[in-house]
Amino acid sequence: MDSRLLHDLMKLLGPHGVLHQPEDLLLYEYDGSVEVARPDCVVFPLATADVVGIVRLASHHNVPLIGRGTGTGLSGGAIARHGGIIVSFARMKRIMAIDAENQRATVQPGVVNADLSLAVERLGLHFAPDPSSQKACTIGGNVSENSGGPHTLAYGVTTNHVVSLEIVLPSGDLIRLGSAALDPPGYDLTGLLVGSEGTFALVTEIIVKLTRNPEAVKTLLAVFDSVDDATETVAEITARGITPAACEMLDGWTIRAVEDYVHAGFPLDCAAILLIEVDGLREVAEAEAKDVAEVCGLHHAREVRVARDARERDLLWKGRKNAFGAAGRLAPSYYTQDGVIPRTKLPATLRRISEISKKYSLQIGNVFHAGDGNLHPIILFDQRNEQQFRDTIRAGDEIIEFCIQMGGSITGEHGVGMEKDRLMPLLFSEADLALMRRVRDVFNPDGLLNPGKILPTSKGCGEIYVRPWPAAVAPSP
Amino acid sequence: MSVGGSGISSRMAEIVGVTNAMNDPAQIAAYQIDGKSPTAVARPGSSEEVVEIVKFAAREKLAIVPTGARTKLGIGMPPRQYEIALDMTRMDRIVAYDPGDLTLSVEPGIPLHKIASALREHRQFLPLVVPFANRATAGGTIASGVDSPLRQIYGTARDFVLGMEFVTGDGIAAKSGGRVVKNVTGYDIHKMMIGALGTLGVITGINFRTFPLPRATRTCIATFRGSAGACELRDAIAKSVLRPQTVEILAAAGGSTAALGRRAAVSFENDRWSVVVSFSGDEQVLDRDRREWEALARGTDRSAFESLTELRAEPAENANRHIAELPAAILEHSPNAAIFKISALPTDLAGIARGVQSIGVPWLVVMRGLGITYLTLLPPDRSEGSLRLLQQECTRILSLSGKAPWGRCVLLWCRPELKSEINVWGPPPGDFVLMQKLKSVFDPSGILSPGRFMGGI
Repeated sequence: MDSRLLHDLMKLLGPHGVLHQPEDLLLYEYDGSVEVARPDCVVFPLATADVVGIVRLASHHNVPLIGRGTGTGLSGGAIARHGGIIVSFARMKRIMAIDAENQRATVQPGVVNADLSLAVERLGLHFAPDPSSQKACTIGGNVSENSGGPHTLAYGVTTNHVVSLEIVLPSGDLIRLGSAALDPPGYDLTGLLVGSEGTFALVTEIIVKLTRNPEAVKTLLAVFDSVDDATETVAEITARGITPAACEMLDGWTIRAVEDYVHAGFPLDCAAILLIEVDGLREVAEAEAKDVAEVCGLHHAREVRVARDARERDLLWKGRKNAFGAAGRLAPSYYTQDGVIPRTKLPATLRRISEISKKYSLQIGNVFHAGDGNLHPIILFDQRNEQQFRDTIRAGDEIIEFCIQMGGSITGEHGVGMEKDRLMPLLFSEADLALMRRVRDVFNPDGLLNPGKILPTSKGCGEIYVRPWPAAVAPSP
Repeated sequence: MSVGGSGISSRMAEIVGVTNAMNDPAQIAAYQIDGKSPTAVARPGSSEEVVEIVKFAAREKLAIVPTGARTKLGIGMPPRQYEIALDMTRMDRIVAYDPGDLTLSVEPGIPLHKIASALREHRQFLPLVVPFANRATAGGTIASGVDSPLRQIYGTARDFVLGMEFVTGDGIAAKSGGRVVKNVTGYDIHKMMIGALGTLGVITGINFRTFPLPRATRTCIATFRGSAGACELRDAIAKSVLRPQTVEILAAAGGSTAALGRRAAVSFENDRWSVVVSFSGDEQVLDRDRREWEALARGTDRSAFESLTELRAEPAENANRHIAELPAAILEHSPNAAIFKISALPTDLAGIARGVQSIGVPWLVVMRGLGITYLTLLPPDRSEGSLRLLQQECTRILSLSGKAPWGRCVLLWCRPELKSEINVWGPPPGDFVLMQKLKSVFDPSGILSPGRFMGGI
């Protein structure tokens, strides 16, 4: 990296605002995915003005810029695929304003997701998107990836809760998109920016909606001896017109992995569990919990347990949200997929995943958002075994190809990043992708922001993709 | 433009067939926008035909305006140029409906009521209670960006349109999003199409998320003397555990607004402000809602509180229909009416409510609890002077745009003559330069609804 640029960055941010020693950069060469690439340096802006300064310097030197929150992403979105400067928002973590009356909060991108909900808890409010990594991931990262979480089934994903963004373009221009008020006149650029995975602009401030906490919450654990019974239960809950706040499924293998680690009280000998939450007015939660329990019974649930208090509820959720961490204890590494299918195709898709597991002799656990058909198969592997690593990627691709055949999508909430850019042509035509590229060029004409993400760089998707060797085990998200 | 009127018509006939191409002045008059008629009308039957028409228009520099049932063509500025009206109503099929997956794919020309009856069979619906609902098409509703009182809990199209297919101004068929309820693959280009008045592309397919129909609903009205009590009740509901599906404040004064009040099932007489709230769920839940709501209504500003009434139950797909249809009723009743949409924060509503009371012409407001206000100004009588007064008040309100508590004001509907004096969009926002650049990406020859949108886009 140009020593002049490094010097200017240090002048702008101070010596503690820049990391460039190889041993420091090691920490920033990966995220929660299996991808690896080393940045040339990492910078830590404290304010919007710093970000503008960084962008101007990088543009002048024609060096890529990659925004990063806390690196919990699962598609390589925050990795410097082609080198360059990682802009870590870890120190821009102030909640700038809370407007309880209007249910809005203005935050810097580095604010940790769960910290915002914690800060507004006393006001009876929360920030609805709740990824499993919510205790670590940042709202800036959520905006970039359009993150979801278990409770997005009823409450929507990040884009449904973001009303305005302050962005810095590669030109150094600072622009406000949208407004705290709903329906600002003009094209919905906020909606376009959310989920653009850092390829349009660096986001320096976010105005989000806050959601009122429900009066009552009921969390049910339903235990099944067959996966099909569990998936049919999900279908019938929908058919009865119930939209639970969350509807999660874990298969038998995952249950045993989690139980051994979290001790959530999941039965060890079952084939599947559903974790279903209903909320609202006390009367709503009670009536829906009764309905859900009845549906579970009709589909041969051998047990339906209702969490008696907040502690029991938290324990059940801890079991769900730590499923990935549990997988991390059982193998040197794991690869989490994120396919989406129409929920009526759940049984067929789970059968196909089981076949793929056998075909490659790979252990695949299933933990997923059953209510909206968003699958997270966890494929265990040992990164030292090159053949196994390649098989893992192939197995992941086969699962995704099946999701597409079922009319689904390649990513529900983890993003395309550098993991799935090569799969984009399976869903989108050359014309679709060309238009997306032209839209990106409006914001990021020289490809300086997060290059090598979302849009495939080469034509055709049949080629064999050789990945860099993963140097470190991905942390649990 | 190098091709004449007859050249346009004959090319249209080649593409869509003689029966679906029109150039008879009598037929074409029905496609007028603010008094401006197109040269030809084409009714495409497929996305491929749309592509052909747009390619031809781009080559010949002919302006296209896509239309549905033509109920909301008054929104926006008149087109700078207008050769081809692209009537999308032949593309009116349900392409796919999977009740178990809560997903629906339609062609843009399908009327909303046709969607509603297909969904009702499976006890589902789209929460789009919008004006002109007996005629409006899905495409027109999405392209015009009108909202529904049900946004209180279901959000707007931005929240439940999963993906779209469209043809850009260079005649390329493209898509974004998908057909599943959760998806983050690629850029959400379709979000920009919502409310863009067809300036970025011709919508050829829309994928929706559908919702289960609530078992029952109940609509309750609290009436206050003056605006303060009504706004206070809105605030109290927002802070409560209640999750109503609609919260709207209505009031009006002067002229013949009393008659419009009857259309909306409220009284506008003697400075009455009504808070109309509807709830959904089963009977037991509705009883609780009703109890809590009554306590809130009686607890706010005792001196101003007047009465509580309950309307008969109506299905959720029709919740507050009589209020949602008000713009249609107003325009039918008074074609010279001016209707503003004001985007503000919920806490601004009280200030806006005070502000409207000093307007010098008859007025009517519908305020959605989430901060959106529809403000109607009516001419006091039929005189020329009365229209001038109306125009002065419109200019004054647009000049308040962006100044607290008014939020951003857009003049949605007004008589065409006013548009030569006033830009209905108000001043462009700070991100306008990006919108302009995006417009040139989607429509390099500037042929899609030119001049209809904000800032001359």
